[in-house]
Amino acid sequence: MNVLEIDNVTKRFGNLVAVRDVSLNVAQGELCAIIGPNGAGKTTFFNLISGFFPPTSGTITFDGRDITKLATHERVARGMARTFQITEIFPELTVFENVRIAAEVAGGYRLRPWINRAEAAKVAQHVEATLNLVALETKNDRLVGELAHGDQRAAEIAMALALKPHLLLLDEPTAGMGDQETFQITQLIRRLHRDSKYSIVLIEHDMRVVFHLADRICVLDQGRMLAQGTPQEIAANETVQAAYLGNAA
Amino acid sequence: MTAEPIRKLIVLAAIWIVLLLAPFWMVPLGGYTALATRVLVLGLAAMSLNFLLGFTGVLSFGHAAYFGLGAYGAGLTLKYLALSTPLAVVAGMLLGGLCGAILGMLLVRRRGVYFAMVTIAFGQVFYYIAFQWSSLTGGDDGLRGFSRQPLDLGLIKLDILTDANNFYYFVLFCFALAVGVMGFILRSPFGRTMIAIRENERRSRFLGIPVERHIWIAFTLSCFFMGFAGALYALVNNFADPRGLHYSQSGDFVMMAVMGGMRSFWGPLLGAAVFVVLQDYLSSITVNWMSFVGLLFILVVLFFPRGLLGFFQRSKA
Repeated sequence: MNVLEIDNVTKRFGNLVAVRDVSLNVAQGELCAIIGPNGAGKTTFFNLISGFFPPTSGTITFDGRDITKLATHERVARGMARTFQITEIFPELTVFENVRIAAEVAGGYRLRPWINRAEAAKVAQHVEATLNLVALETKNDRLVGELAHGDQRAAEIAMALALKPHLLLLDEPTAGMGDQETFQITQLIRRLHRDSKYSIVLIEHDMRVVFHLADRICVLDQGRMLAQGTPQEIAANETVQAAYLGNAA
Repeated sequence: MTAEPIRKLIVLAAIWIVLLLAPFWMVPLGGYTALATRVLVLGLAAMSLNFLLGFTGVLSFGHAAYFGLGAYGAGLTLKYLALSTPLAVVAGMLLGGLCGAILGMLLVRRRGVYFAMVTIAFGQVFYYIAFQWSSLTGGDDGLRGFSRQPLDLGLIKLDILTDANNFYYFVLFCFALAVGVMGFILRSPFGRTMIAIRENERRSRFLGIPVERHIWIAFTLSCFFMGFAGALYALVNNFADPRGLHYSQSGDFVMMAVMGGMRSFWGPLLGAAVFVVLQDYLSSITVNWMSFVGLLFILVVLFFPRGLLGFFQRSKA
């Protein structure tokens, strides 16, 4: 079964066509990587999926329901979570507080002007389990703004995971990282995919990461879907090599 | 780990002891009880504004409108409907809060400067209504001809009109109630979504928080508290003034909140105390008292950007 089905989606900004007639299916438990040169429309494509803005045409189906017209928070409520290329966190709150906000939303408490002891304990447990997953449990009461870049990225992923999503959208999870940090985040994503069976779509520039992680690779170029396939197929694809891999290597 | 909560508890106890004993220490220091009452009421107003400004990160520059509506609501109730102080306070709160709820729906899609401008515009609408509708509101002269009524506590009747101490404690009781509710909300899951929106609106949205709806609720709650404070203000003066709705009054509230420290819960109360006491003292010396308050404001913003209380509080880390 497909978690996400995107049919012939187009996004125009005035005369610019940022995404042109792109279709993509993501199966349950699949890790799909989107690559492409700068300006290929990868982030715009992500913004369409997560509801940052609506597509000009085309439909987006999530868990069998048409979500093309839904607002961001409604998509999140249906089980879609994302991270950003430039980390979006609550810098002046602690790691625990950051993730707790997500956990309370996921628990359905966001409009509640009170929370009882048992519920608070359940939320705290969920937060701690999530922090364990991303190996941040020892940095519980540190302010997120003071953490190293890699830990901030991990905290952002933890916030997304605390929402208990069916689909995780990661926009360049290794952006701006050194080798060591890239390795750690790659291992984390691998664990989420292999062990926790998350369905994941990610945008990534680092080809080592992409070929290491992805079940399937989609290549975007100038807003079009240039090719889709397994890492082996993409590596062997001549059009892709000409448009992208050739320049990168 | 345990030192922090204990320190907070001590500070909290100190604040309440100071407030509870105010009639006893204000007079020897050259003040008077009614001045303390004014500090409480304007402090509550500044804290209500700060509920939105400091904890949701949304600046309203027209909050005096809901303060003034509370005052007129209480005054009109006492004058025309019922001779009951509690009823007047509730009526004022409802008038301010409900108007805030309705206008809030039109406001929440705006952000930053645009939000502030639209709140000013709406506030001025209420100002001109109060100013022009003389037959109901008394127009430029303000609403007169009512006075706060004794409190009927069943066994005893409490005179709050002539006994300044009784009235102070009545206001302190109302203040404690409102501030208690505010503090309670801020420690709840809903309160934490407010802080989330202040910290990072985009992240909040992508955590599944419908940001507009939450800002609307915070705005509405803030207007209810504001109306409550306004109703008490009408009781303080036995008078409701159209200038209480004017945007310059809104500016005063913003000044109190920023001067006291808008990131701290109690900061605006301190800001209001400084503002009110300076006004009381300086206005007996010079008509240009506002220049001195303004000078102090500039100094605070330049040298203590986190406000007076923010300066005393150590950073959380």
